[in-house]
Amino acid sequence: MTDAWLRTLQATIFRRNSNVAKARPLSPHLGIYRWRVNMLQSTLHRLTGLFLCLGALQVAWGLVAAATGEVAWRVFASFWDSWPGVALLVLWTWSLLFHLCNGIQHLLRDMGMNFGPPTRDRAHNPVYWSTGWIVIGVSVALTLLVWVILILRVSGGTP
Amino acid sequence: MSAYPGQDSLRTPLKIARALGPGRSGVHHWWLQRVTAIALIPLSIWFLFLMGTLVHASYPMVLATIAQPVQAVFLMVLSVCLFWHGALGLQVIIEDYVHTRWLEITLQVALSFGAILGALACVLAVLAIWLAGAAQH
Repeated sequence: MTDAWLRTLQATIFRRNSNVAKARPLSPHLGIYRWRVNMLQSTLHRLTGLFLCLGALQVAWGLVAAATGEVAWRVFASFWDSWPGVALLVLWTWSLLFHLCNGIQHLLRDMGMNFGPPTRDRAHNPVYWSTGWIVIGVSVALTLLVWVILILRVSGGTP
Repeated sequence: MSAYPGQDSLRTPLKIARALGPGRSGVHHWWLQRVTAIALIPLSIWFLFLMGTLVHASYPMVLATIAQPVQAVFLMVLSVCLFWHGALGLQVIIEDYVHTRWLEITLQVALSFGAILGALACVLAVLAIWLAGAAQH
């Protein structure tokens, strides 16, 4: 008992100078929560947001290239015509549409819509679950729609 | 609209009681993030349509499209909102995950510089294309 007490006292006194403070137990974090779809939404919102910031740089590249001249524009355009370029564009389309759909849900919840204990209660009204999956589903469906239209336009030549 | 009866302002009752606001910037960041987000809803949908029309377009066609006044103005507003909203988001990510103080400050300053540089580059590029197109007519 005395030993443990002494060690605690030491850890308190020498917190700044020892590694004991770093070894202190932390309160439980993510591990204690039951999984909910809003966890996936939250993670995806941040990841897509990060990815879209890189997309903003590509917009800047495209506009500056167009303003610079035809050679610079061709370098830009030919990159997005390549397979890695198209794959990135598909990913960016979905990122934009997911961030858009989830962002709209964020704004609606900021106004108090579908928010609060009743919407979390599985027994009564599980809105919390379904709207999350709807947001993810709609973003995927819209991405498919955009690319089907694009492919039809490019292959069929109809405007 | 408000979840709490009698609360018709974004300031908490505690703030009024103590005459002390939140330590740093209050709802300023939150509010700007929402305002730029609302602006970006129509702008990003319009941007998707613009990208659709520019697929496999020739260089003169791209310039002619950007030089149209409506497209040019929307592109400039989109650029500013995009970099602003992105910077606000990245700021929170840095605050959340970078715990070394000097590195955090350095990244925040670099982010401010980068966001302004990016937005300015976009706006100037669109202006240059717009004015060059206008000079031809």
